[in-house]
Amino acid sequence: MKKLIAALLLIALLLPAAALADGVVNVYNWFDYIDESVLEQFEEETGIHVNYMNFTTNEDMLVMVEANPGAIDVVFPSEYCVQRLLNKGLLMELDFSRIPNFSQIAANLLDPSYDPGNAHSVPYMWGTLGILYNKELVDEADVSTWGVLWNEKYKGQVLMMDSIRDGMGLALKYLGYSMNSTDYTQLRAATDLLIQQKTSGMVKSYGLDEFKDKMVAGEAALAVVYSGDAQYAIDLDEEGRLAYAIPEEGSNIWVDCAVIPAAARNVDNAYAFIDFLCRPDVARKNVEEIWYCSVNTGAIELLGEEYASLYVLNPSEDIRARLEYYNDLDATWLTVYNTLWQEVKQAN
Amino acid sequence: MQFNSSMPWWSYLLMGAGLLAFIALVAQSIWRHRGVHRSLFASPYTLWMIVFTVLPVVLIAYYAFTDSAGGFTLDNFRAFWDSNHLMREQLRSAAGDEVAATVVRGSVNIDTLVYSLWMAFLCTAICLLLGYPAALFMADRQMKLGATIVVLFIIPMWMNFLLRTIAWMSLLEDTGLINQLLEAMGLGKRQLLYNQGAVLLGMIYNFLPFMVFPIYTSLSKLDPRLSEAAADLGCNSWRTLYKVIMPLSIPGVISGITMVFMPSVTTFFIPRVLGGGHTQMFGDLIEAKFLTEGNWNVGSALSLVMMLLILISLSILRKADPNGEGGGIA
Repeated sequence: MKKLIAALLLIALLLPAAALADGVVNVYNWFDYIDESVLEQFEEETGIHVNYMNFTTNEDMLVMVEANPGAIDVVFPSEYCVQRLLNKGLLMELDFSRIPNFSQIAANLLDPSYDPGNAHSVPYMWGTLGILYNKELVDEADVSTWGVLWNEKYKGQVLMMDSIRDGMGLALKYLGYSMNSTDYTQLRAATDLLIQQKTSGMVKSYGLDEFKDKMVAGEAALAVVYSGDAQYAIDLDEEGRLAYAIPEEGSNIWVDCAVIPAAARNVDNAYAFIDFLCRPDVARKNVEEIWYCSVNTGAIELLGEEYASLYVLNPSEDIRARLEYYNDLDATWLTVYNTLWQEVKQAN
Repeated sequence: MQFNSSMPWWSYLLMGAGLLAFIALVAQSIWRHRGVHRSLFASPYTLWMIVFTVLPVVLIAYYAFTDSAGGFTLDNFRAFWDSNHLMREQLRSAAGDEVAATVVRGSVNIDTLVYSLWMAFLCTAICLLLGYPAALFMADRQMKLGATIVVLFIIPMWMNFLLRTIAWMSLLEDTGLINQLLEAMGLGKRQLLYNQGAVLLGMIYNFLPFMVFPIYTSLSKLDPRLSEAAADLGCNSWRTLYKVIMPLSIPGVISGITMVFMPSVTTFFIPRVLGGGHTQMFGDLIEAKFLTEGNWNVGSALSLVMMLLILISLSILRKADPNGEGGGIA
């Protein structure tokens, strides 16, 4: 049913573009994830019409891409979905001679575990998972470890992320394991730790999007958040009480990438569009619009001091070395993670 | 396991068959009555029932008894009884028998169900305790305020229940209105949000009107001469209340209990918002199976168990109101 709806929606979206069959590129991006003037600029410079479509979750995007081969030329999945699409053989191997601006991509994002050698994907934006804390309530030395979320000093003051991978992941990291662990003993230990955290009353609430506003309102001392939300909250907090830290044990790094589906029809235009996005002046516009971490060294240079001073978006080399991508788990381990997380949610 | 989101081929067949049956029924009615008969006006509702009630239930039953590949299985019900069942089976092949043997029976689903039933029971009981006097008050003909209170009960229902629930959040939070008031009075802050009490409060607040109105309806239908007769024969007002009025309002009470209990058991969202995700209810669990885990099969099995439980409780209640005087909901 979902596929049927997706197909109908796509047909409806594509109808106006059908008249311009040749000079078209069909782009499928996250909602609110680009500076729209960039699209007009691309059309002016190249004469290629951009047919721009949005999605709000990776899962929606996957259904759409799989159900409509050939309908999309450029799509922006998160790293674990790049891996999933790759495993299904749905991605085109990239010819880098046609993306000269690829050289702008920051070195720490190259050759990732989800797509060796970046053979199929070009990073677009990235970010980290960390702790947003209130400097008036929390000792800065304490947030150097994930253990702060188990620290009795902050009992009842912790906002935990209600997300399977992030919740299990940070407990695994705290124990010194990989966030992608596929060792039942390790996962069991992480689960027990999370249950102990919950039953001992450390956690104030489990949630997601509302954390940034709660922290600004002073409702809690610590919250597990993504870097983009942290920057948003820090900007919003006029009293300057909030700060962001990535614990020393390491954390998660996520990357949203531009990829070309194997079945894409307008391959030349897709290359032109991706290369255009990698151009420093264009990448700069997009960063200024959405304020996520930029992948583009040229753009970072153009953005200058002000951007470089944002430590939330620019973790040090030392921290970067300790960040880990999420692997796309297979059905077995997905079941294990899901089941264990349910046990945490039910514990009392 | 991941997102088996397309419906099986026969569900379209079923839809087509339902549509044909519907057209045949309409045609037969026209033929028999030689024209448009009054019963024909019910046909849009019949169509609605076929498409949006019968078909979904058939699909839920289908998913509950099949695995992700579409083959018949009872594993989903085993997974209801033992929430670790699927994990153990998966681990057996991925990590070996020894590891799988360390996985004990998981009681997540059963515990959540028991907790949901307990919360629904509490909510229904408190709603009845609060709602019956309120309904008595509203139905009293000497009381000029009655009509005003009816309106006051209805007005909040003009707003969406999500909004009303979120509004409670800003009242109860640490920096919220109630705590500001407490602080101003020198009583100090209190954690009101993110506990079982807050969840219960949210449920009672949302479901109380469903208890009050059926009772109010059955009370206001009572013949006032009955209580007058009781008074003539020497009953004081308390005796009149529990010898005459209360027994006659039982159908309304049954109806109210049903209308509060059913949505209470299947509540979701309220525990997440007002309970801070500390406690889950069965509705949250089903939602997680469908949306977070993408496991429609176990999700359907849980839904089926839930529907069965509601059906059983309804048939018990029906015994207490065999003529359906309380609106025939039970």
